Amino acid sequence: MSDATDILEILSRAVPQVRLESVETGDGMPTIYVPLEHLVETCFALRDTPELRFAFLVDLLPVDYLPREPRFEIVYLMASLGMAGFGQTARRLRVKVRVPGGDEVLVPSVSSVWPAAGWSEREAYDLFGIHFSGHPDMRRILMPDDWEGYPLRKDYPVQIKMAVKTYEPLQVSQEQFVANIEADRERARND
Amino acid sequence: MPDYDPEIPVLLTTVDKVVNWARRSSIWPVTFGLACCAIEMMAMSASRYDIARFGAEVFRGSPRQSDLMIVAGRLSRKMAPVLRRIYDQMPEPKYVISMGACASVGGVFDNYAIVQGVDQVVPVDVFVPGCPPRPESLIYGIVQLQKKIDRTKVFA
Repeated sequence: MSDATDILEILSRAVPQVRLESVETGDGMPTIYVPLEHLVETCFALRDTPELRFAFLVDLLPVDYLPREPRFEIVYLMASLGMAGFGQTARRLRVKVRVPGGDEVLVPSVSSVWPAAGWSEREAYDLFGIHFSGHPDMRRILMPDDWEGYPLRKDYPVQIKMAVKTYEPLQVSQEQFVANIEADRERARND
Repeated sequence: MPDYDPEIPVLLTTVDKVVNWARRSSIWPVTFGLACCAIEMMAMSASRYDIARFGAEVFRGSPRQSDLMIVAGRLSRKMAPVLRRIYDQMPEPKYVISMGACASVGGVFDNYAIVQGVDQVVPVDVFVPGCPPRPESLIYGIVQLQKKIDRTKVFA
């Protein structure tokens, strides 16, 4: 029995209500499409089913297929370690969800399943503008906090003519300077 | 017959000359390596190329003790405020060398994230071309900066 059908069979026994779709890929890695609304429960099943135990989320990455609808896909790469308590065999799995585009792209967060998803989801939000509902700290991670737009979307320009933000130059007033020194001396006295 | 004692060690010069000599002979760079150019910058300061020959070997960890900022590498837009702040913290007189293609014009990174030339953020004295510049090129840049310092008028 191949790895893909094996995983699919165990998984459909664990979550019978979810319509799973297995696809053939060129690299032969088991790949499953999961409906967006069942993502989190499927991920919990993948992590907790004793025969599977995909306890390690390797990576999480969005893809923008711009003219197509649904526009985005999110790819979850996970691994089962195949060691004591972590699955029967070491194997990898690719889970994909199709995400429709629109003004607000909303996806349930899997950070409750794997805490490691937190930063990857922040990166996905930062660069693709995909909001993850239920994420504990949904803000930008790479770009400046006041950045406009999402740079890795296909409709984002490569070059932008924009003034460089250097913010205000460092200016300390005379009073502030004296107050800083006074505070330092005060702290040194108290130490 | 001179009416002074030639044994007294006296040397006459102008203030400009002596101040410029002092400034150009001890250009202390602030450590500001941003990318691969920094490796060449380190090679320049190490024993093989030995920038100590030109008095610029003391890389300082604090901008307060530095005269020169060598912007070595591509500057991202997020880093630009940091670069500006460190430049602002340096005491006068201060100089900037833009090292390599990325710092000077953006180099191969013609995209949204990289500043297309650090002269948009700080005033640059010397641009050093190369990707990355060889240590000799950077030494040449520092010598050019020394010549520039020599030409300045202290009391203009």
